[in-house]
Amino acid sequence: MSVQIAGVASTPFGEHPGSSTRELFTDAALEALEDASLSPAAVEELYVGNFIGDLTDDQAHVGAMLADAIGAQQAASVRTESACASASSAVRSGVQALEAGDADVAVVGGVELMSASGLGEVTDALANAADNEYENEAGLTFPGIYALMAQAYLHEFDATQADLAAVAVKNYENGVSNPLAQRQEETTVERVLDSPPIATPLNLGDCCPITDGASAAVLVSDAFADEHGLETTVTFAGSGQSSDSLALQDRPDLARTRAAERAAEDAYERAGISADDVDVVELHDCFTIAEILAVESLGFFERGEGARGAVDGETAVGGRIPINTSGGLLAKGHPVGATGVAQLVEITKQLEGRHPNQIDDPSVGLTHTVGGSGASCVVNVLRTGGA
Amino acid sequence: MQPWFVEFAERIDDGDPFYLACEECGAAALPPRSVCPDCGTQTLEERSLSGTATVAASTTIFSSIPEYADDTPYTIVIATFDEGVRLTGQLRDVEEIDRGETVAVDVESRGEDAWLVTFAPTG
Ligand SMILES: [Zn+2]
Repeated sequence: MSVQIAGVASTPFGEHPGSSTRELFTDAALEALEDASLSPAAVEELYVGNFIGDLTDDQAHVGAMLADAIGAQQAASVRTESACASASSAVRSGVQALEAGDADVAVVGGVELMSASGLGEVTDALANAADNEYENEAGLTFPGIYALMAQAYLHEFDATQADLAAVAVKNYENGVSNPLAQRQEETTVERVLDSPPIATPLNLGDCCPITDGASAAVLVSDAFADEHGLETTVTFAGSGQSSDSLALQDRPDLARTRAAERAAEDAYERAGISADDVDVVELHDCFTIAEILAVESLGFFERGEGARGAVDGETAVGGRIPINTSGGLLAKGHPVGATGVAQLVEITKQLEGRHPNQIDDPSVGLTHTVGGSGASCVVNVLRTGGA
Repeated sequence: MQPWFVEFAERIDDGDPFYLACEECGAAALPPRSVCPDCGTQTLEERSLSGTATVAASTTIFSSIPEYADDTPYTIVIATFDEGVRLTGQLRDVEEIDRGETVAVDVESRGEDAWLVTFAPTG
């Protein structure tokens, strides 16, 4: 029994003034269902990632709210929350429900509406992913946590702030070709280095923007696809999720993401592949340093070599291992609770051969989504095959 | 703030800081834990923590959460104690500090049952 990706969609990412969590998610879910040639009445399970809606919208119980909104009151509905990895957890839950034989059709997705709140309020809400007593109450912001990781990395290895900026340059360039991306402009190493400091050594150009957006994917069982004559191209190949200490201070190595290493190992084993088999990747570049740590944890580069990826072009669209062909979180945007499914949408389009930055004939794609500063990590692997 | 953190901070304020040591494997941890993060046994014992630590990383924050927005720029330090635990706090007395420098830990009251951990260079 395998799980097929029958349809995917994301809203444009950016600012959606006057919109709402309900409206944005409904747009994405209905487009994904249409892509799958299914109606909301077919949905048996809905798992939806949402991280800070309790704070920005004064609204919890988002699963039921969105099942109702998309016309699927019959579905079992649950909101998943693993901070910025919430939507990738939703994907795992949907896959597990189908693999267990509990259902044949699941919608997995995520939504976040961030721009209507002030920057201070959003920063405060996002900080809830960190350790409240040991980090937030000390005045350590989210960019600050990644800045500490960046400082440790730059000290430990032969890498510079300009190497961090090279990640932004690559991902901004990819975003220009992606009509759904929030940032539609290229940048340069100099511009990133000259942008205002946020938390040293990270500047504004090293940080993802505040984003509104929603994404959804329709998962179906093989049997359902056969029975209903659905033609699919992409199969779910395997998944891993792991945890680490909530606070950065409790990790023995500040420049290493152990949850990602464990999640990747598990996902590779379940998919029956190794890092070398992966053709295209969407990973969690909330800050430039995060992409460098991720490519090492996922096994694409040796420890201390990850910064070479963007600098030498190995992670570019035409490179050895293309990373974030969508523009990544840095350029595509980061509606926190939606990001994991947004990544899955992009990988599905690559494997289906319809991506705006299409690479040559990929057969295995991977998503990597981080919650907090690395206390949660989900790795999902997709492959071509279909039903 | 949670009662366990208030106690932890008040003990620093009293000049009697503590941490948790695992009797089984020797791992060092901070409250509130009953289970050793390294070996999983429930043999954590309270021990005294030295008052000085070594800077492991630092960052100067220019854009902050509302509670600290008026304090920017300020520097956050993660420092490692000889006993092995690390703690996060705000830097005092100087604006920047290098990795490897020695700092003394302290706390500042921020109202009822609210405490901020701080570090200052010992040199
Ligand atoms: Zn132990």
